[in-house]
Amino acid sequence: MINKELKLNPNIWSEDVEKIAIRTGFGEGLLIAADDDESVVGLCADLTDSTKMRSFADKYPKRFIQVGVAEQNLASVASGMAAMGKIPFITSYAMFSPGRNWEQIRTTICYNNVPVKIAGSHAGVSVGPDGGTHQAIEDMALMRVVPRMVVISPCDSIEARKATIAAAKTTDPTYIRLARNNTPVITTDDTPFEIGKAHIVYDEEGAADVAIIATGHLVYNAILAAKELEERGMKVIVCNMSTIKPLDINMINELVKDSGALVTVEEHQVLGGMGSAIAEYVTSHNPVPIEFIGVKDEFGQSGTPEELVEHYELGVSHIIEAAEKVVSRK
Amino acid sequence: MEHLSEEKKEVLIQKANDIRKSIIKMLVEAKSGHTAGPLGMSDIFSYLYFHSLKHDPENPKMEDRDRLILSNGHICPVLYATLAHAGYFELEELQTLRKFGSRLQGHPHREFLDCLENSSGPLGSGISQAVGMALADRIDRGDKTIYCLTGDGELNEGQNWEAIMHAAKYKLDNLILIVDRNYIQIDGFTEDVMPLDPLVNKFESFNFKVIDINGHDFDMIDGAIRKAKNTLNMPTVIIANNIPSKGVPEWENKPEWHGKAPSIEEGEMALRELSKISN
Repeated sequence: MINKELKLNPNIWSEDVEKIAIRTGFGEGLLIAADDDESVVGLCADLTDSTKMRSFADKYPKRFIQVGVAEQNLASVASGMAAMGKIPFITSYAMFSPGRNWEQIRTTICYNNVPVKIAGSHAGVSVGPDGGTHQAIEDMALMRVVPRMVVISPCDSIEARKATIAAAKTTDPTYIRLARNNTPVITTDDTPFEIGKAHIVYDEEGAADVAIIATGHLVYNAILAAKELEERGMKVIVCNMSTIKPLDINMINELVKDSGALVTVEEHQVLGGMGSAIAEYVTSHNPVPIEFIGVKDEFGQSGTPEELVEHYELGVSHIIEAAEKVVSRK
Repeated sequence: MEHLSEEKKEVLIQKANDIRKSIIKMLVEAKSGHTAGPLGMSDIFSYLYFHSLKHDPENPKMEDRDRLILSNGHICPVLYATLAHAGYFELEELQTLRKFGSRLQGHPHREFLDCLENSSGPLGSGISQAVGMALADRIDRGDKTIYCLTGDGELNEGQNWEAIMHAAKYKLDNLILIVDRNYIQIDGFTEDVMPLDPLVNKFESFNFKVIDINGHDFDMIDGAIRKAKNTLNMPTVIIANNIPSKGVPEWENKPEWHGKAPSIEEGEMALRELSKISN
């Protein structure tokens, strides 16, 4: 059942559950962070509207830097501004930032240890028709291997707003993963959010058969899968792992103890993503069987988001299948 | 900025020579590192740290200091030697270059040595960082000068030209770029590896104020910095035509000295050459 303590969206089961793009929450959060703190600046590489930086740029034109289509410069200019006391947010599509400018992020941001916040929009295959070149499914892997980088993958627009506001208040280099498409609103203004803290969104009394750990908008699919599994008699926990780095180790320990079997769900390559991060921890502490939902070493392609989520086996039925399989492996 | 008197010029020449000697000693001890670039840039470093930069070795984090970004981090022996001679740390520490636990990392890391403005090594990102600093200082209505030193081979990197366009777009007249135009890079002469000429025209067409100088002539360096500081509404680039390995005639203009350190014997020879210039 839904964890009532989190005050999630009461319409979550409704077929017409409100859908808002995760990137929209980033735009709202940036404006709030900028209102709060005049050291917040925004830099964009010619994608101001689609990365939702427009309202910030309009309200604070002197704190907005249009870099043009130049993501390497984008990252390092932000590094220079951060060295002078600014809190820069940089935006582009995740494929280009952190895709194209990985070394600049590593050296000029993380090695230099300056508080640049990287918002990578259009992550995941659900970008849709633009095709594989524009669907970043390696970005979390790229970011989580860099020392100091904090990696956040919000599950909906409201969480993205909170993550953005929270990121503006830390001195850590931070990556915030955003998605293009309208996706279900899972949380509410009252749902708690803290960087580095995961939450159980769907719970069982007592021990469970399996824990599904999901990140990004696929948390919604995980909840739908849990409901159906419950109807089939399986006890399921669903966890929203909104921070990929640092991982919420306490939560993982609890889930392993309570269920003894995990399914990880992400719109990202299985290689190097959230599932990998969890497996690295679990195998060296308290090994249990894990099944991984994610893209399996392939590129994306054109299609509708729904078609692509289905094609790459990220759908509700795939999560159900993985849960049944992992339980059978216990 | 004070007038560059003949007496002061003599001081700067002497400082440059001291810096060169320290570079040789530290590279011989380290047994690896870059020689040609540091020797070629010693005059400019002497001028910057002992004449034009607003800085305070006693208070390295002084808020209103000028910022100096070294983009081509591999020439750090000249930076370290200059910082030591300016009083940021003891000269003896120079002999720890590239050793385990040293603050003087093989390429500059500002967490090891906190008087550095940036860490560098991977080429092509310094101008961008300097642009960011210049933008931030403008937002804060500061009056700092942001200096960025780059190599010429380094200009092969496309990111530089992204940053150069950016600096011109925002008319960053608080930014002074100094290119170490020594015509060598690791694989040979710049014009063979990837031609850069006509470099003056390239920068002019990117809307920079361009000042082309002999980087070993202190009057020209002084004139260029003064002109750059008086330039409004556009960034300035000083193309410093430098002799790689300047001061050690046997090594001058030889690409093979780009990326290697002298042996003990070679170092002794170099120090003898430098002693001929001054003591």
